[in-house]
Amino acid sequence: MLAKRIIPCLDVREGKVVKGINFVGIKEVGDPVECAAEYDAQGADEIVFLDITASHEGRGTMLDVVRRTAQKVFVPLTVGGGIRTIDDFRDTLRAGADKVSVNSAAVKNPQLIREAADIFGCQCVVVAIDAKKCPDGHYTVVINGGRIDMGIDAVEWAKKAEELGAGEILLTSMDTDGVKGGFDLDMLNAVCSAVKIPVIASGGCGALEHFTDVFEKTGAAAALAASLFHYKELTVGQVKTELKKHDIPVRIV
Amino acid sequence: MIAIVDYGAGNIFSVKNAMDYLGLSAELTSKAEDIRNADGIILPGVGAFPWAMNMLSQSGLVDVIKEEAVKKPFLGICLGMQLIFSKGYEFEETSGLGLIDGEVKLMTPENLSIPHIGWNKLIINKECPLLSGLGDDEYVYFVHSYAAECSDNDIAAYCEYGNKVTALVNRGTVYGAQFHPEKSGKTGLKILRNFAELIK
Repeated sequence: MLAKRIIPCLDVREGKVVKGINFVGIKEVGDPVECAAEYDAQGADEIVFLDITASHEGRGTMLDVVRRTAQKVFVPLTVGGGIRTIDDFRDTLRAGADKVSVNSAAVKNPQLIREAADIFGCQCVVVAIDAKKCPDGHYTVVINGGRIDMGIDAVEWAKKAEELGAGEILLTSMDTDGVKGGFDLDMLNAVCSAVKIPVIASGGCGALEHFTDVFEKTGAAAALAASLFHYKELTVGQVKTELKKHDIPVRIV
Repeated sequence: MIAIVDYGAGNIFSVKNAMDYLGLSAELTSKAEDIRNADGIILPGVGAFPWAMNMLSQSGLVDVIKEEAVKKPFLGICLGMQLIFSKGYEFEETSGLGLIDGEVKLMTPENLSIPHIGWNKLIINKECPLLSGLGDDEYVYFVHSYAAECSDNDIAAYCEYGNKVTALVNRGTVYGAQFHPEKSGKTGLKILRNFAELIK
């Protein structure tokens, strides 16, 4: 039986881990390689780097970060942010990433999912979906950090991504993201019941019980968190100890 | 020195990275001579069975691997593990290296998705030096759609994914891990270290 995964996510810009402060400023808070190694030591089952570098030149810096991380961290590494082409997939995988996550580019060009899955295997194609609830109760796909509503139904998009060869869905609820009131269980249930591939829950966790909730009340295969781990409000180890108490299968290191 | 066989398959650098991290002497090579002179052999691999056998045979490495794997510690990882069996059925029937009797077939777990991706628990079937020092609650990282069907005598550990899935095999000097020790955190690194310690 597969263990439920706990995945810390690091935002990386120009080769440094950064955190936004109240959506206005961004401050540098560390070296991504060191942060990833620390999470590995805590028992992270996978690590996600989200490249928020705006410039094209920054991509090389990110690949260097991936290369250096792969020399020190021996759990799967997923890299996303700004992935647009098959070459981006290839470069990132060659640098040492195990999976590549793609978001806006896949919404604009869904065939990118199929091409990447055909060439590199579906196991390394993670489709990240940012979504929010509409007044009519449906979930809609948004891109550019929630600013642009694509008018696409998120559940239908998840199904299509699976058909095209996505290996996993990384589902972020823009309604719960940053609120720390818990994962968006309704949205997760809507997507988990529509696809067979693993769904990673993202957005909203702020306390231990939110992890228990997401695994007891939804079919999510993994839970992702950024600030919670980054600001050491909780460690990966604490989360797993709590999950184990609730008989949720986890890998304890 | 351990020879990591480079026949064009993916993920060889992660195996090399892990060996470097552990301070174990290992070199990537595609030369028969290096494999013959090495103290141990690792056959990594991500890809498809027929393609990999074809690449090994084009590189002229099939015979040397067959000869050397029974003389010194040999570890196949993921596809490299599948290749040690007699036959594979990915896309078409293909002969493997035949180091352990068995066939590699598509997994068919009920109501579970394929590929089998993620951390799964090792269930020990028999004593194996690669598992030395490990506890009874160890998880390792799997990414595969095909699995080996072989004699219980050769299975050191399996995992549960709908059915029993062959995870670690051993016969004589030949070892095979369906999971990726180089991606399995401390547990995986311990398994790689245990393998290196087989070298006298």
